[in-house]
Formats: sequence, C-alpha cells, structure tokens
Amino acid sequence: MDTTKLEFLRGTLDVLILKALMWGPLHGYAVTDLIRRQSEDALLLEEGTLYPALWRLESKGLLEAEWGLSENKRKAKYYRLTGQGRRQLRHEVKTWEAYAAAVTKVLSATQPPLAEEAR
Amino acid sequence: MKRVPLWRRYARFFGPDPAADAKDELRFHLETTIDELVHRGWTPDAARHEAERRMGDLRALVRIGARIGGKMERRRQVRDYWSDMLQDARYGLRTLVRDSGFASVSILILALAIGANIAVFSVVNTLLLRPLPFPESRELVRIGPPPTPCGVSCATFSADEFEEFRGQNRTYEDVTGYEAYTTPDNVRITLGGEPQSATSIMVLANFFQVLGIQPAMGRLFTADELRGGPHPVALLTNAYWRREFNADPAIVGKAMEMNGGAVTIVGVLPESFDFGAVFSPGAKVDLFTPVDLTLERHWGSIVALFGRLKPGVSMAQAREDGLRIGPTTYHDVTQPETKGQDKDGFLPMPLRDYVTGKLRRSLIVLWCAVGAILLIAGVNLSNLLLARAAARAREFAVRGALGAGRGRIVRQLLMESLMLSGAGAVLGLGLAAGTIAWLAHQGAVALPLLNSLRIDGAALGWTVLLAVLTATLFGVVPGLKITSGNLQEVLKDSSEGAGLGRRHERVRAALVVSEVALACTLLVSAGLLLRSFVRVLDVDLGFQPERAAAIQVAYDEIGSDTVAREERRSVVYQEILRRVGALPGVGAAGMVDLLPLGPNRDWDTPVPQGKTFAPGALPAPLVYVISPGFIRAMGIRLHGGRDFTWDDGPKSERVVLINASAAHVYWPGEDAVDKILMRGNEQDRVLGVVDDVHEESTETPSGAQIYYPTTQQQPAWAELVIRTSTPPASLGPSVLRVLRQINPNQPATELRPIRTIVDRANSSRQFFMLLVGAFAVLGMLLAALGIYGVISYSVTQRSREIGVRMALGASSGRVQRDVLGNTLRLALIGVAAGTVASAVAARLIASLLFGTSPWDATSYAGMILLLVAVAVLSGYLPARRASRIDPIQALRSN
Repeated sequence: MDTTKLEFLRGTLDVLILKALMWGPLHGYAVTDLIRRQSEDALLLEEGTLYPALWRLESKGLLEAEWGLSENKRKAKYYRLTGQGRRQLRHEVKTWEAYAAAVTKVLSATQPPLAEEAR
Repeated sequence: MKRVPLWRRYARFFGPDPAADAKDELRFHLETTIDELVHRGWTPDAARHEAERRMGDLRALVRIGARIGGKMERRRQVRDYWSDMLQDARYGLRTLVRDSGFASVSILILALAIGANIAVFSVVNTLLLRPLPFPESRELVRIGPPPTPCGVSCATFSADEFEEFRGQNRTYEDVTGYEAYTTPDNVRITLGGEPQSATSIMVLANFFQVLGIQPAMGRLFTADELRGGPHPVALLTNAYWRREFNADPAIVGKAMEMNGGAVTIVGVLPESFDFGAVFSPGAKVDLFTPVDLTLERHWGSIVALFGRLKPGVSMAQAREDGLRIGPTTYHDVTQPETKGQDKDGFLPMPLRDYVTGKLRRSLIVLWCAVGAILLIAGVNLSNLLLARAAARAREFAVRGALGAGRGRIVRQLLMESLMLSGAGAVLGLGLAAGTIAWLAHQGAVALPLLNSLRIDGAALGWTVLLAVLTATLFGVVPGLKITSGNLQEVLKDSSEGAGLGRRHERVRAALVVSEVALACTLLVSAGLLLRSFVRVLDVDLGFQPERAAAIQVAYDEIGSDTVAREERRSVVYQEILRRVGALPGVGAAGMVDLLPLGPNRDWDTPVPQGKTFAPGALPAPLVYVISPGFIRAMGIRLHGGRDFTWDDGPKSERVVLINASAAHVYWPGEDAVDKILMRGNEQDRVLGVVDDVHEESTETPSGAQIYYPTTQQQPAWAELVIRTSTPPASLGPSVLRVLRQINPNQPATELRPIRTIVDRANSSRQFFMLLVGAFAVLGMLLAALGIYGVISYSVTQRSREIGVRMALGASSGRVQRDVLGNTLRLALIGVAAGTVASAVAARLIASLLFGTSPWDATSYAGMILLLVAVAVLSGYLPARRASRIDPIQALRSN
C-alpha cells in the first residue's frame, strides 16, 4: 500500500490530532511524527492539512497553544488539549469505534443477513 | 542552529499578528524537517528542497493561518472587553452601594432632570414631530385667509363658496369642512328619560372620508346627505356611544330623539378619532350630523374649510390655485355683487401648523428649559463625582500603581456614571410616564392633541440617548481630571488627596458658576412669563367674570312670521328672566346668543347715516343678539346712553348698542348716542355705547362690536347669564328647575361660571408659565445643592487651615464671614454670567410675553435677589460648620 496516498476520511484527522495530544503538549512536527510512528508509517500527515486542522481545533477551543522552546532549541508553538478537547476526543473515539465495528461486521460477513421478521 | 533573533521577542509589541505567528510556526516545521533529513544523510541543499516540496504552497497556508488566527483574536478581544465591563459593573455597583447616600442623591437629581426631559419631549413629539393622527396627514390642509382681526367669521365660507371651490380647484383631492359656529351642549338628546344636552358638530358629509377615518361600526355619511338625504342621520363618537349607550353593539340603525325629532344612528366613530383634540382643543364632542347645504345656503359664512391635497402637490401650487379661483367665486351665487368677496380666502395652511403652529415657540422654550435643567443636573453630577473622586484619589493611585492604565480607570468611572444615569433614566421614565398620564387627562387645558400623549418608541430612544449622553459628558470630565494627577504624589501624601483636592476646587467652582448662570437664566425667563401671566389676569376684559354664570336655554322658534316669533320670544324670555331674577342670590339676568371667548360671527357692514367712507374702511362688527338686562348681568360698562328695554319691541324703532371701538370708527370725536347706523335700508338708532369686550382671546384687543335686541333680531342660540351674590355653582339646580317649569324639554345643563370660560382661555399660557416656573425652581434647587456641595467640601478640605487660623486668633464670626463671602463670590459671578444669558433668552421668548418688556427690571431684580438669597442660604450651613471647627481637633487630626 502506498502510504503517502492514504486519504483521511473527513473527521478522522481531527480525532487523530486530539489523540496524539492526549499524552501531553506537542508542536506540529511532533504531531506528524507521532501519528506516523504510531501507525507504523501507514499514516503520513501532510503539512498542508495538518496546520489548518490544528488552527481550526484551536479556534474551536478544543486545543490551546503556547509558544515554547523545542528540544532543538527553537521557538515552537505547542498545542495542548483543553477540557473540552478531552471530552471531544472521548466522544469521537466512541463514535469511531462504533462506526468501525459496524463497517467491519458488514465487510467480514460470510453470508447474507437473515430475513427480518414481520413486526 | 539559529537563535531566535532578539527583535523577534518584540515582534508582537504592537499587538498580536496572526500572520507572523503562522509563518513562525511553519518555519519551525520546515527547519526541523531539514535537520531530520540532513541527519539521515541528505545534503543541506537537497534537504531544503525536499522539505519545501513537502510543505507545498507556504503562502496559502500562512493566509489560512492568518484568517483563523485573526478571527480568534477578535473573539478574544470582545470576550476580554465584556469581562472587563462586567468586572467594572460589579465593582461600580459595590462602590455605589457602599456610598449609597451619594448614589441616591445623584440618581434622584438625574431622575428629576431626565424625567422632565422625557415628559417635555413627549409633548413636543406629539404636538410638533409626530404626524397628526390621520392617514397621510401631510396632505391635509386648512383652507382660509391669512389671520385677520375679525375672527372666525372671516375664516369661514358660505355654502356656495364651498361648492364653487370644491368644483373648480385642480390641486385638491377633495375639500370638506364643518360648521364653525358650534357651542357646547348645542343639542338636546332624549333617550327615554329626561332630555340631556350633548355637543353635536355639523360636518360636510365627506368630512370623515377626506380625513381618512374609518367607522368603528356602521357607515360614514354619504354624498347625498350633503343635501339633506332621505332622513336625518347621526354618527356617534366612541366615547359618547360607550357612555350613553353602554357600548351597545347593535346601535347602528337605531333611532334617537334629537331636538324633538327622530335621528337615525348610522355609525360609531373609532376611539382614535377625537375631533376636539385636533380642531377645538379642550372641547368634548358627542356626535356628528351632516350639514344640509341647501338649508344653509343663505346663512353666510359658516363653514370652516379643510382639504386633502392631491399627492405630490406643493403648498405653493395649492396657494396659486386658491388665488386663481378666489376672484371668480360668489359668496352667494344669487347676488352678483358678492363675486370675489373672499378672493384671498382660499389659501392652504398645513393642518399641523393650524393645529399646533401657535404653540411652537412655547414648546421650544419649554424644551430649552428642560435642556437647561438637564445641564444643571449633569453639572451637579459632575461636581459630585469630582468630590467623590478626590476622596477616592488614593484608591485610583493604588490601582494605577498596580498597573491599571488611565483608560481603564476612566472606563471604570464612566461605568459608574452610566450606572447612575441609567438608574436615573429608569426612575425618570417612571416620573415622566406618571406626568404624561396625568397631563393626557387634563381636559381643562386647551392644548391640542393632549389625548394622544404617550411614551412611545421615540421617547424611549430619547431617554436612552439622554442617559448615555449625560453619563459620557459628565462622567468623563471628572475621570480625565482625576487621572491627570501624579499618582506617586497622592500615594506619598498621607492626607486624603489634599493636593488633588485643591486643584479640583477651581474646576468645581467653575462648574458651580455655570450652574448658577443656567439657573439664573431659567428663573429670569420664568419671572418674565409669570409677570406676563399676572398682566393677562389683570386685563380689563370689558366684562366682569366674577360671580357671573351662564346656562344654555332650550328655546325652539315656532312659526314663520318674523314679528310673531319676536313677540313670542319676547314673552318667553321676559318670563324666564323674571322668574330667574326672582331667585334668591340672583342679582341680574339676561340672554345672549354667543358668549365672549367662544365662537363669534359678523353679519354685514353698517354705515353711519350721512357719512361716506372709503371702501374697506368700515369693519364688519361682531354681532351679538341680547336681551334687556344682559349688559348688567355680564357686568359690561355702559359709557353713555341706555340699555335695551322690553319696550324696544318688534314694532318700535330699530335700536342697537355699539362698543367703544365701533363708535370711534363711525363717529370719531363725537358722541355716538342717538346717531343712526344704516344697514341697507334699515335704520338702527344707537341707544348706547358699551366697553369693548375681549372676544377672540384675553390677550388680543377687540374690534368693532354691535349688539341687537332679541326683540328685534333672531338670536342663534340662547344663553342665560346671571349675576349672583352667592357662588354661582350653588344656584345651578334652582335655575334649572325654573327653566324646566317654563320648558319641560329643557335638558339638564350645567350652570357654568363665566370665570371658567376665562380660565380656559388663559389655560395654555398658565400651563406653560407653571411648567417653566417649576423647571426654574427645580434648576434653582439643583444650583443651591451644587453650591452647598462645593462650599461644604472646601470647608472639609480646609478644616486644618481654618483650625490654624482660629488657633492664631481668628474669630468664629470671621471664619463664617469668609466662607459666606466665598459663596457670595461664586453666586455673583454666576449671576453676572446668567444675566447676560437671560438677556439673550428674553429675546427668544419676547413674543410669548404679554405687556412685559423682555428687559423688565422687576423680574430681573426679583429673580436675581431670590437666587442670591438661596445661594447664600446654601452656603450658610457649611459656614456655620466652619465656624464651629475646634482648632485643637483640626490640628490633631492630621
């Protein structure tokens, strides 16, 4: 599978960013890095999608940002989950799991469903 | 590895910059990527290319970042602003509650001032600004000649003139009018029980259609009712329908008895239509009947004309049209010599100007007066805030030292004054609503449109505007003044803002001086108006209103033979007067058809026998038909000759009385008694000359007047006038009983003291005088409060200095004199400035004055003395306090 071509479903990107920030504040580069490593190089975020998403989440109040010094001693903008962001993450994970389970059920089916009984 | 350049730490010095933020963030990403790639063995150049390739369109990305960041920044600013504001409000509320004395005084002052302003604004809005209560009311005009001395008669038209003008004009949608000679209680309505009197106005059948009024029930008059119609009909006013018919929903089509005949009620007018409020201030109208033009053809000028201009027609066009038609109209089409008699008569005047034009100046004066009140109140507030701020100087200094900017402190003070003025405005609105409600039901005040007074959206808007304006104007000045000081100095100074207080004292003195000046202007204006009013009351009206009263008598003429009618009338009138005159307490009694200060009319232009006058030199005198005894009952002085007697009967010589003005015109320098006046071929002998009776108003002198005896001419109505030795009101029932004995159809009518008629004529002047007077007193009290505040404050500030002086031997009298001297100085400077302002104001109100010069020394001197006395009095209390300062205490306390 060509990893760079993997498209993100709408809404998936947000939940991934929120998840990435669950363990503590990170700057944008680290967010990409984390998602890439966590997905074992399957998901590669492009800067053109990452940053607008970060800014949008910040403007919605799900993240808050602060300027800090990076590990290579550069001025970097760190994002952190707000309480609202944490709640949103929990909610989205639940939604995603339900969705994924439903899709899996359909895709992994080996026979057509039984006829529904008349109610 | 690059270091963050020093300048970048200050990059956001001039406020946030979202674009630069986005750029910085992306640059970090780029550089970290390059590092990473180099680390993996790329050459720096290749690494940079690769990193930039991955980044894509950097500039587009920065734009997105700037947009989102900018939006966030704006939201944050609004949020901060509101939270600051809330904080200010909470803090302000706390300080105001803590200082509740100050807060309640300020709120009360503002409530009075703003309340007065809202009330007057509502009156001005109703009378001058809001359109009249008719659809497209700007097209409505009154049609009449320019003002003339001959009163209603010259401003009305004959039936023929109406029809000619209606038919020939090109600029009017339609023309209508009503019969101008209506006296109160002119009809007798019988609804089963005793006959009741009611006021009915005869209108041209298209009257309501032209005004644009829809009936609440039933229909309006129809075109054929302009000429009588098949049977008599009437329209009821809403109030009359509710009162006399208990709001009977099935009233339409029912009949009632009016003046002995049956009349069908065809409809009920809407509640919103009040004829009196627009056309005849103070009058109450009960019903309307259509004028029958064929019947009234030869009654002369009886119709007051109104019209609705075609859309888009200007006043000038309508005027031109009127001047074109005027010369070709006949006053009476059967008499060719009446052609063009009223050639300048058909001139339009906007209905609003006709209704409220005369009040415009008074209202503007009133508006200025309340404006001045608001200014005084605002200055007072400013003063109080300053005094308070001086006491709070340490608080502000501490806040300043802790980092509050000047703007922040001014904003805090502004918030406080906004809260004060807001509370004042709410309370003032309540006061105004009460005043307006009271005023709307003042039937005794002859002001138009009073019934439609109310607090509307415009008044509410005005309230908000006033509150905000007051708060800003008078709250910001002290704020700026306070924050301009050196904070460190205040903090170091152990005494409570002593240094600051001194500096403010001059500002406060200036404020007080301006208050006194404004109050002085108000007082002098009120003084001039008061003096005018006294002068009006002193006017010799030509009759004596005290202890005279009038009652409307029901008398129906019977038969067509003039002499027979006159004889019958003579007998009945004599009987009425004999019996009423015999009542205990009645001194004299007489009959008249039109009372003074009401409607009036002229008939023709009599010519003194044997003399020739230039055309137009002779007046058409106002006509009264009176019985013997009326002159005495009314208290009109007879200069020479004698009154009518019952012997001046239908068959004896024709006789008249004339007033002094008429005698002066007809026979200047001669005795008019026994001279002959010619009316066509009829010779009238002048029996006597009487005083001029004020006719149109108490303020305008009267023109020529002529009196005919009821025994020789037919009166239009019958008013019985009695002169009493007891208060007239108590005689009402017995007089009515006598009238009932003679005529069982006599309706229950009120015996009206003549005084009330005079009072009503003076009511609008009295009304304005009282209002301006009340505002002047309010202004004076506020100014006194201001003086008290300043002097009292300065005594507190200087208590140490006073203590030292007293310790060094100054007597308490000396200290007291000094403080009073200080007060007097402020008051005198204010009065000096105020006198100049008064002179300007007096010129503005010159046209409202009566018999009083705008430079009337008595008014000026009286009011100035009053103001100075009040000022000294308000300085006296602090002066006494100063004289009682214990030097030891004062010196020890700091």
